[in-house]
Amino acid sequence: MSIASDTITEKSGYKLHVVRTDKYKTNTLVLKMKAPLTKEDVTYRALLPYVLQSNTSKYPTTPELRSYLDDLYGAGFYVDVAKKGEYQIISFTIDIVNEKFLSDSTPLLEKAFGLLSEVIFNPKKNGEAFDSKTVSNEIRSLKQRIQSISDDKMRYSATRLVEEMCKNEPYALEASGNLQDLETITPESLFAYYKKMLTEDEIDLYVIGDIDESEVEALADKYVSLQERVPVRLPSKTGKVVEKEKEIIENSDVKQGKLNIGYRTQVAYGDPDYYALQLFNGIFGGFSHSKLFINVREKASLAYYAASRLESHKGLLMVMAGIENANYKQALDIIHAQMKEMKQGNFSEEELAQTKAVVKNQLLETIDVSRGLVEILYHNVVSGQDISLDEWFAKTEQTTKEEIIAVGQKIQLDTIYFLTEAEVQG
Amino acid sequence: MEKIAFTQLKEELFHEKMDNGLEVYILPKSGFNKSFATFTTNYGSIDNHFKPLNETEFSKVPDGIAHFLEHKLFEKEDGDVFQQFSKQGASANAFTSFTRTAYLFSSTSDFDRNLTTLIDFVQDPYFSEKTVEKEKGIIGQEINMYDDNSDWRLYFGTIANMYHQHPVKIDIAGTVESIADITKDMLYECYNTFYHPSNMLLFVVGPVDVESTMKLIRDNQNNKGYNEQPEVERKFDEEPETVAKDKEVLRMNVQTPKVMLGIKAINVHQSGLQLLKRELATNIYLEMLFGKSSPLHEELYEEGLIDQSFSYDYTQEQGFGFALIGGDSAKPDELTESLFGILQKSKAGTGLNEKSLQRTIKKKIGSFLRSLNSPEYIANQFTRYAFNDMNLFDVVSVLEKLTIEDIMEVAKDLISDQRMTVCQVLPK
Repeated sequence: MSIASDTITEKSGYKLHVVRTDKYKTNTLVLKMKAPLTKEDVTYRALLPYVLQSNTSKYPTTPELRSYLDDLYGAGFYVDVAKKGEYQIISFTIDIVNEKFLSDSTPLLEKAFGLLSEVIFNPKKNGEAFDSKTVSNEIRSLKQRIQSISDDKMRYSATRLVEEMCKNEPYALEASGNLQDLETITPESLFAYYKKMLTEDEIDLYVIGDIDESEVEALADKYVSLQERVPVRLPSKTGKVVEKEKEIIENSDVKQGKLNIGYRTQVAYGDPDYYALQLFNGIFGGFSHSKLFINVREKASLAYYAASRLESHKGLLMVMAGIENANYKQALDIIHAQMKEMKQGNFSEEELAQTKAVVKNQLLETIDVSRGLVEILYHNVVSGQDISLDEWFAKTEQTTKEEIIAVGQKIQLDTIYFLTEAEVQG
Repeated sequence: MEKIAFTQLKEELFHEKMDNGLEVYILPKSGFNKSFATFTTNYGSIDNHFKPLNETEFSKVPDGIAHFLEHKLFEKEDGDVFQQFSKQGASANAFTSFTRTAYLFSSTSDFDRNLTTLIDFVQDPYFSEKTVEKEKGIIGQEINMYDDNSDWRLYFGTIANMYHQHPVKIDIAGTVESIADITKDMLYECYNTFYHPSNMLLFVVGPVDVESTMKLIRDNQNNKGYNEQPEVERKFDEEPETVAKDKEVLRMNVQTPKVMLGIKAINVHQSGLQLLKRELATNIYLEMLFGKSSPLHEELYEEGLIDQSFSYDYTQEQGFGFALIGGDSAKPDELTESLFGILQKSKAGTGLNEKSLQRTIKKKIGSFLRSLNSPEYIANQFTRYAFNDMNLFDVVSVLEKLTIEDIMEVAKDLISDQRMTVCQVLPK
């Protein structure tokens, strides 16, 4: 039996993904728009979904639009901009109660389609421009959001590592855009970009819930109309070889030093050895039984958090730890030693089995949440692959210690970044 | 075993009180991969002044000890319990709040074994001087991490402004100095006082078999020979109704200023339906004034006083309660003034009307149903409700009965100049 899969139908200009399940009390619609991450477009794409979610021509103010959502039993409506590998992805999500659970039997799913369509295709506009007041409000709000990234020191240091490590690569760009470009955006230029986005982006619509597939298809045909397109597909380019390791120490007013380390793995989602990389990361720093947690936190008592994670579509492995400023050298030594242990295969079959079990558990839990399920299924769109969840589980299960050691040989330290209060003796 | 059916919601809840006093609830959820269990004691950071088990005098313990105990319970003589859970494919966690300490795991296989591990590790403390000392380094880093977080500092700054005496003003993790005093004997004393089954609740949610799970728990508890234990006596100093401080400005390394307004509630010794109604009515009141569909929210947004980080919330437990309203703002003083103005005017009914009440109730019912998709939400909220003698599944019926008079009453009771305070985080 398949664990969870989407039925995919090619529609004009987009793909419709339907997942039928009766485990939720709501139905969820997620529309994803994907395009390459570029310096020219990044800030436009960061701003656009927020302008669109503010109002529409039918609901010209935010209170009117939001009142309508409240009337639909508090339908949730969110927008989000993220990067996956070197693509920038905009998501529109509507989460609406399944009317089965209400005494009122208004067909809420159709209303949700109607609203999604209204937001995306029928914005409040003024000729060939967005409403200027809306645009200026959202520019101000985005500006504040960009600034607030640096107010959260954990997030700031993670961002700075990527900026330094991936200099001159698109991946260094922040998905939420930048202040300089924000100044230059006008209601006209944003509208022109919007039209370009609607005709060129790769678009996927997910519908999840206790729903009827043919009904969903009919609703999609009624409410979503797009032109055919050939989406831009970037060549896979995980393969940047490290010539010289970088160490960057930045001073700031922080009580706790934030240590972030980036490695290149040369392996991305969809590659045959991705499963081995995922397990490598799990044993190294992904979980509370990992080498980093045990050696940095439990044994040396140096940190509250010391962990690693993968940027799966870019092939990076990132370590993060919060430590006493004076313990920089010691923490670094321990982390380097754990990486060496991993590369030499100094981990037990038991640790491997444990990690497989936890990876599997994590994946199963993620797909219990409808938005989590969409994220998992969307990996295939981003990587241009068609890997089923069953295959994912089977490949993870079959991965051997030798394969993990082999993938470890590809991992190279690229950049060490430390945000600290005091001067550090390197 | 008692069965409670919620027909409209298509849920069934099973309940049993074990012989030793432990309350057990099981909510079967078919179709889910994940099972989830929480084992919670009615003991949090505010319980720092109490009569230890078998003692006649009250004693005061160092700030942060409930949270410290939570950390230490994971460590056993032969290693830590995280390991055990991950060997069984599960992920475990714990948290300490003002009033509760919860231990939890989620797993998609081996449920019975994981549940046994959860119950057993919580009921088998092992503290040594050496591991207590080592933990001080780890928790010290946790405290420092929060110290660098401007949102956390703003949150606690606002609460500290409101309270003169009540320990809710103390950071849950304590301070590096206060935890330095913690010893293994103190941990045992707190443990023995608060971790008796009669002060605890076990909640299971997931695709489980109710009968066999209940039997597993029953057998497990019967084998442990707990003696009856009287209810814990806790002590709280008299708390004045007014706020301790009108305003506090914290200078931090931030680019965008942050504002939080706190309103201290009175008549907070409530429980059961009374508390449930107060809490829901107050949340509806705030949503009507400040929700995204309100014209007042639109005004604040258009004037550039708030952005998407703006939020509001009301919390009440037995003995304390407060509303918090705020977010990032480029104009912190103007925002403070506007919020005070809106709240004052609401006492005369501005922003509160029947139409918006009905819409807001509908919205809250919808979000409640949506949150029932989440086993974590059900387990955590159900436990919190139960410790306050409330029932999570009464939410919809109480919401449906709220009237505009109830909301007006909230405005009148809650809003008073002497009980409002503001905290701001401003750039250095």
